[in-house]
Amino acid sequence: MVIKVFKNFFNRIFFNLFKNKRDIKLGFYGPPNAGKTSLANRICKDFTGEEIGSVSKVPHETRSVQFKEKVKIEYKGKVMTFKMIDTPGIATRIDYEDFLKYKVKKKEAKKRAKEATQGVIESIKWLDDMDIVVIVLDATENPYNQVNITIIGNLVARKIPVLIVANKIDLKKSDIKSIGAAFPEYDVIGISAKHGKNLEEFYESIFKLTKKV
Amino acid sequence: MTVKKKKRDLGKLSQKTSSLTNSSKFSRIKGFAIQFLPHSEIRDLGSSERIKKILGIILGNNILILQGRLLVDEETRLIEDTMAMIGHVKNFRGIELAVISGNGNEGFFSKMKKGFANVLSGGDLGAITIIGPATIVKEIKRNPKRIELLLNK
Repeated sequence: MVIKVFKNFFNRIFFNLFKNKRDIKLGFYGPPNAGKTSLANRICKDFTGEEIGSVSKVPHETRSVQFKEKVKIEYKGKVMTFKMIDTPGIATRIDYEDFLKYKVKKKEAKKRAKEATQGVIESIKWLDDMDIVVIVLDATENPYNQVNITIIGNLVARKIPVLIVANKIDLKKSDIKSIGAAFPEYDVIGISAKHGKNLEEFYESIFKLTKKV
Repeated sequence: MTVKKKKRDLGKLSQKTSSLTNSSKFSRIKGFAIQFLPHSEIRDLGSSERIKKILGIILGNNILILQGRLLVDEETRLIEDTMAMIGHVKNFRGIELAVISGNGNEGFFSKMKKGFANVLSGGDLGAITIIGPATIVKEIKRNPKRIELLLNK
């Protein structure tokens, strides 16, 4: 009996020790071209001096999951270490002909489409591995998209804390209110990843979210 | 180790999809029809069978109106299987999907009543799911007040 009590006590201490040392896995999810990589790049550049991936106007630029380990984010004197996970945009349709509009050659467009479909599957598979997730939405687009609802529904079912980010608020067409109205149960932070606008509020929300992990 | 496991999973999915797409009924590309599927048709099916049935209807160039909605993990599975089929099935470019359900602003007792009814009926029968092949359905535009189905020319 006494041995069992001691065993539990030590197990608890070791578990908490490693739990606190473990990097928090921060995933960036959302539809294609919403600015997931731009936001991840902005954070990584600010705190490590390196970017996580390339960005482009052509949708599905990120076609495989990308990582950046040991990203120490500092906010108001507090420091937390994250593993940043940038995922390919999730879509229900991928048509190689859509890439031709961006002057991508047919052969390259077909290859891009094939890789993009695999990227979507990979993104979904990674949902289970996240500690917290930032859903990046394009504030100039209609938020009532089933893919957004499905991703958030899956995260809720897995009890993974979610923060919704309305990106591209520097653009005239942006409408952060419509995103707030579409997801009334969540905090929505308006940012511009491209111009680094309102990132302080974003970091504050991320630190708050880590308490739910 | 984790990456290897994920790659294996992707391989399995592709194998499963190619066996599904070998069926000749999936190669029909002639106009389109709207098909209504009552929830009773899928109620007793497992997740895999449900997805297979739905994709079978979509690949037959039908716009599907499903009574009720899929479970959240079935919705992601539908997206995964759809992605795995693009490139394997001729002229298949994916799907357009929308679920019309309550606005979520109901009170506590209404939510509880709805939840109880859902448990008894085996699904959210008050919802409607619209799924169409991307080659036919250009976009399903939604806002809180209306839903528009835009078709390709």
